[in-house]
Amino acid sequence: DTSLGEVNSFSPSMPISPSSMINQYKFEDEPELRDLFITVDDPESHITAIETFITYRVVTKTSRGEFDSSEYEVRRRYQDFLWLKSKLEEAHPTLIIPPLPEKFIMKGMVERFNDEFIETRRKALHKFLNRIADHPTLTFNEDFKIFLTAQAWELSSHKKQGPGLLSRMGQTVRAVASSVRGGVKNRPEMFTEMNDYMETFSQKINVLDKIAHRIYKEEREYFNEMKEYGPIHTLWSASEEDIADSLKGVASCIDKCCKATEKRMAGLSENLLPILHEYVLYSEILMGVLKRRDQIQGELDSKVDALANKKTEKDLFSEEIGKLEDKVECANNALKADWDRWKQNMQCDMRSTFTNVAENNLRYYEECLATWESFLASQTVDLHVEEDSEDRP
Amino acid sequence: MEDCLAKKMEITVSEAEKRTGRNAMNMQETYTAYLIETRAVESQSEGQCAPVDSLWRRYSEFELLRNYLSVTYPHIVVPPLPEKRADFVWHKLSADNMDPDFVERRRIGLENFLLRVASHPVLCQDKIFYSFLTQEGGWKEMVNETGFQLKADSRLKALNATFRVKNPDKRFTELKHYSDELQSVISHLLRVRARVADRLYGVYKVHGNYGRVFSEWSAIEKEMGDGLQSAGHHMDVYAASIDDILEEEEHYADQLKEYLFYAEALRAVCRKHELMQYDLEMAAQDLTSKKQQCEELATGTVRTFSLKGMTSKLFGQETPEQREAKIKVLEEQIQEGEEQLKAKNLEGRDFVKSAWADIERFKEQKNHDLKEALISYAVMQISMCKKGIQVWTNAKECFSKM
Repeated sequence: DTSLGEVNSFSPSMPISPSSMINQYKFEDEPELRDLFITVDDPESHITAIETFITYRVVTKTSRGEFDSSEYEVRRRYQDFLWLKSKLEEAHPTLIIPPLPEKFIMKGMVERFNDEFIETRRKALHKFLNRIADHPTLTFNEDFKIFLTAQAWELSSHKKQGPGLLSRMGQTVRAVASSVRGGVKNRPEMFTEMNDYMETFSQKINVLDKIAHRIYKEEREYFNEMKEYGPIHTLWSASEEDIADSLKGVASCIDKCCKATEKRMAGLSENLLPILHEYVLYSEILMGVLKRRDQIQGELDSKVDALANKKTEKDLFSEEIGKLEDKVECANNALKADWDRWKQNMQCDMRSTFTNVAENNLRYYEECLATWESFLASQTVDLHVEEDSEDRP
Repeated sequence: MEDCLAKKMEITVSEAEKRTGRNAMNMQETYTAYLIETRAVESQSEGQCAPVDSLWRRYSEFELLRNYLSVTYPHIVVPPLPEKRADFVWHKLSADNMDPDFVERRRIGLENFLLRVASHPVLCQDKIFYSFLTQEGGWKEMVNETGFQLKADSRLKALNATFRVKNPDKRFTELKHYSDELQSVISHLLRVRARVADRLYGVYKVHGNYGRVFSEWSAIEKEMGDGLQSAGHHMDVYAASIDDILEEEEHYADQLKEYLFYAEALRAVCRKHELMQYDLEMAAQDLTSKKQQCEELATGTVRTFSLKGMTSKLFGQETPEQREAKIKVLEEQIQEGEEQLKAKNLEGRDFVKSAWADIERFKEQKNHDLKEALISYAVMQISMCKKGIQVWTNAKECFSKM
């Protein structure tokens, strides 16, 4: 019986009542109590007759009883991550599943598998798995466990099980059907607020993402010009005598500032850009989650409407409606708790990312300041030395 | 230096004004006029403020003055004028001569030019220069009456001399190379600096976009709202700060440009030397050939081939009387030639001596000015860094409160 939307995958046969599930939704991440550690590293290229693809090594260390061993090492490709995500979405339609890096990069990529692309993807995949591990419900998902522990052949055979294509299609049809009917009509105020929030948030985060990319691009162009600027002073110093030292000093300062600018750029691309990108993806995910909640609500609403029109078979309907009402209540509670958790994390991420951006810029300016101040000091020392030697008879 | 005009007179180019008038072809034109104000310094020390004299001049009159000085004092490295047209611009700077920022920087450049001339030990004593500063009407006519245009060497003559001169003073040859290098490297530097300024402008201005988005985002956030809003304000401050920073840098660029143009003044002195040296060499060559001719006629031997010699061989020798007459003419010419050569030699040596003295003066001035300019550049960078530190410290505080 899987009519209850939220099923605890740990014990699939036991239906759980909504109230007891609320206890599981703690939105505080408690790293000291973590018992599952995952790393994603070591990308490797595989070439077959049909295709070329990359696998990543996924290492899991755990002290949990339900795991047969305390350490696992498996190889996974991007497809496997996609599979995991879709399984999690299926099992928990109103939970916020973390974003996966995109399949393709739209523009500017000539070779799909260049080092920068692979490294960015690896980091994102690492984050994906760790966010699932930190999630109070998702961390106990059975498919997640299999993903972390199964050998390649075990995973592919497991993938083939589960609801077949036809039943999955049936679900989609029902979902589409109920979305046509709405589920918006009786939507609780709270979720309308969430919807409004997400629409604005989504807009703003997309603009921020663009701004951040623009800043990176401008900084890189600036860096490129600076690279040429310093050496001209050195060239000039070759035809001068008295001011050669000053010119070389300026050249050296400009070169150091140039390096500092490179570091600042790196900071952006390692921190701000990936985080903003993740939250762009998150905003899409959240809109999807809100839609799915509406669909579940829609199923209930349409059944209720149907009941109102029917005079007979009321008992049958009321049992079904009861189940649907539970389903809606579970979905709402799950979403509410996960939403609060997501907001907390978002705030935390934004705070630390932007603080990091500010720190990067501070470091940059402080480095440049020190460079120019020491140059200035060297120049005024020379002046004093000259003045002293002139005073002497 | 105690005698120079700059010590006795305060000179400023205090204003610039747009004017319309009719040009030489009676067509309407727009131009900018600059107000030159002068005031005697001495009476200030007596506790009295001397009256300010003023007159208006346009750029073309400055050009006329400079041309006059270059021709009249060819051994002097004459200070250059600020650029005629805006060059080395980056996207925010206008290439338009009427642009107020360009006019302002030109005003400063013209004042600098006048101060340079007024503090030059030789140039400051020139009467035409003094009248330029003090006599509004009839100055142009006065300059033209000096007939200096006639004294100017033609460009073609100078080019010819440069190619053909055999023994120029090595120092001038080296100086020419130096001025070529100086011009090339400063041009390159100014070009790249303009591109760097353009990019820096872009970086700062893009940060200004944060302000509006943060503000709109803060409207939907309860706890993060205040931090976002105030951080956005600091980003606006950051974006706006680049305008002043780059405006100051333009003055630094102008200082370098002056020495870019000084390179041409150096080359002009070298050209004059080459011209004089070539002239000397030609005169010496001419004298030698005349002496040879004389000798040949006197001894009757023909060592060099000449058409006259051939024709006389073909059509008969000349009479002894004719030969005597020729020798006499030649002897007169030789005497004249020797006197002229002596004079030219003296002239050349004097030129080299006085030119080199001014070049040494120029070198010291250049080293001093360029070093100061580099130091001022460092000071500007330091100020920019300090502003950046302040803004980002404030922003960091706002972010950490989010």
